[in-house]
Amino acid sequence: MDIYTTLPWLILIVPLISAILIQLFLRKFRQLSLSISVGAVAFAFLASLVVFFGPDSTSPSEFSWIDLPGLRIPIGLTIDYLSKAMLLIVTGVGTLVHIYSLVYMKDDDGSPRFFGNLSFFIFSMLGIVLANNFAMMFIFWELVGVSSYLLVGHWHTRDTASAAANKAFLTNRIGDFGFMLGILMVWSVVGSVVFADIQGKISLLTVHPLFLTTAVLLIFCGAVGKSAQMPLHVWLPDAMEGPTPVSALIHAATMVAAGVYMLARVSFLIEPSLTAQAVIATIGAVTCLFAALMATQQDDIKRILAYSTLSQLGYMILAVGVAAPGAAMFHLFTHACFKALLFLGAGAIIHQLHHEQGIWKMGGLRHRMRWTFWAFTAGYLALTGCPGFSGSFSKDEILYAAYDRSLWFFLPGVFTVFLTAFYMTRLYVVVFFGKERSDAAKHGHDGPPAMTAPLLILAFFAVFAGYGTAHYFLGDHEPKHHLIVEILAIGFFLCGTGFAWFLYRGREKEFISIPLFKNKFYIDEIYAALIAGTQDLLAVTSAWFDKWILDGLIVRGLSSATWGAGFVLRFLQVGNLQAYALLFGLGVIGLIYLVVFTK
Amino acid sequence: MQLTLNHYLFVGGLIFAIGFAGVMLRRNILIIFMCLELMLNAANLTLVAFSRFNLTADGLPNYNAQVLVFFIITVAAAEVAVGLAIIVALFRVRQTTHVDDISSLKF
Repeated sequence: MDIYTTLPWLILIVPLISAILIQLFLRKFRQLSLSISVGAVAFAFLASLVVFFGPDSTSPSEFSWIDLPGLRIPIGLTIDYLSKAMLLIVTGVGTLVHIYSLVYMKDDDGSPRFFGNLSFFIFSMLGIVLANNFAMMFIFWELVGVSSYLLVGHWHTRDTASAAANKAFLTNRIGDFGFMLGILMVWSVVGSVVFADIQGKISLLTVHPLFLTTAVLLIFCGAVGKSAQMPLHVWLPDAMEGPTPVSALIHAATMVAAGVYMLARVSFLIEPSLTAQAVIATIGAVTCLFAALMATQQDDIKRILAYSTLSQLGYMILAVGVAAPGAAMFHLFTHACFKALLFLGAGAIIHQLHHEQGIWKMGGLRHRMRWTFWAFTAGYLALTGCPGFSGSFSKDEILYAAYDRSLWFFLPGVFTVFLTAFYMTRLYVVVFFGKERSDAAKHGHDGPPAMTAPLLILAFFAVFAGYGTAHYFLGDHEPKHHLIVEILAIGFFLCGTGFAWFLYRGREKEFISIPLFKNKFYIDEIYAALIAGTQDLLAVTSAWFDKWILDGLIVRGLSSATWGAGFVLRFLQVGNLQAYALLFGLGVIGLIYLVVFTK
Repeated sequence: MQLTLNHYLFVGGLIFAIGFAGVMLRRNILIIFMCLELMLNAANLTLVAFSRFNLTADGLPNYNAQVLVFFIITVAAAEVAVGLAIIVALFRVRQTTHVDDISSLKF
């Protein structure tokens, strides 16, 4: 076994060992558990670097887990350009977030538990990245769900946090159910869950276009849940109840990108089905546009970023839907850098302002938190798509691909550029410029180096991640460049930025009120009403059934039928025991006569 | 005088008739109960008599009948246990064992 077959396994196992050690033995030893967790993820990062420059291989030393006739599930790892890039993203952002959390969670009594869960999350996420088959991916897919649940609910004494954790988990379960059905459909035809086998036998699937489309869309359900696309997006904004490093790592950079990664991994399944592509692209475009609209009216800094994440994930899904998974992965990569940066920056502000999250309570922070301000600026420009920053490269690739496919996918995408620039500038101006609007904001200052350093590293990538990396993700499938797209994108960016700048410069409080956007299109309320309505209807129906059918007809019916029959038969009773005995005896004689003397 | 099957059947029939008459005519439930036992034992007697007088080919009594007798004894014992318990319970409630007083099922 050479180093390139062993290292991927070590990358996967080391965070798991760290998680087990911390959760089982080291919960009382704060310093030790923190070091182990950070060490584990740092090791994973360094090993990923080695693997990144190593050779590709589809399965470094495969173990057989289930080997039955017709069902073979190996535990094997895939090392190709997709998983290599994801390895770096997950472990790289993971390492920075771990270091950052050392400061952020300093005063938290549960921090060993927190770091144990972080290690567990890294393990599960790397499992998804490295899996070489659907079954293994699905298992890790559920494990990230669990670790996300644990981390969102880290402050479990808060009702909102535990409710958000439940919501995230349950919403994901809906999508995962479809994912599982899709896997089973593919398996039922191909007879294998290994990606390479399925790709080899793709012709078995393409002969049934409808079947393939259904299977792909069911698999896509998994991505809809995990990557928080409409209509299952409701969990992500609520998941912001978790600690901010968690939001940066899980709900911006890695886990929510798992859906996109999975779709890129099985893009060979999506390619033959144009219907599935259209559905996927539509959902992506709708999410991208609507999430951006919702973001324009939010007042909580983390929620704005959460809706922004939804919108950017919409871009990636849109890219997958227009048959440009390379562009999706490219955007995933740049987005992971700048969105993790934005979240960590927001976390730094929240931390310094004693857990104040409302943007209207901040203001004037550009002088007080100088480093954070500059790092945040880099992330801000990258997200809005300012030319020359990483985000603009990847976003443009997606827009090119969408433009090539259909105007219906392109227009929402390009209009979202305007919205993105608008809501991000609003946040930026309100938080960093103007007067301090609360006492906490007057005393804010930069965090310690362990908090600022990850910001600066990420800021570097937010600026430069777009240079020279496009070819790695896109390969030879680089979409044609259209000047009109570029002009529109830059134009919308400038409009959005300028518009928000002039609207919100120097404002003391929100003066535009669009209730539809502020209340997120009432989707949560609709769901609540729908679920409550369904539940009530079900309850009323079952109550009626219980009262009239079970109780009335069956239980009471039986008893009153018995009572009625008894009442009628009572008239036959004479009340004389001997008369009964005589009749009984005569009956017996009659029976004997019938049995013996008649044939 | 040689005892034949007929003698036994006659005695059996007589006991059965006494029992039957008791069941039909007496009004005390305990007596009725004892008469029922008499009828069962009359049946037992005839079964044993048939067993004794219908020998099989190798000169042995027909044991089928005797097995049946044991069944009847067992059932009768169970019946006595249940029946007496019912009578005692009935007496506790009604303070009587007279069948004419027990007619609440009648409308």
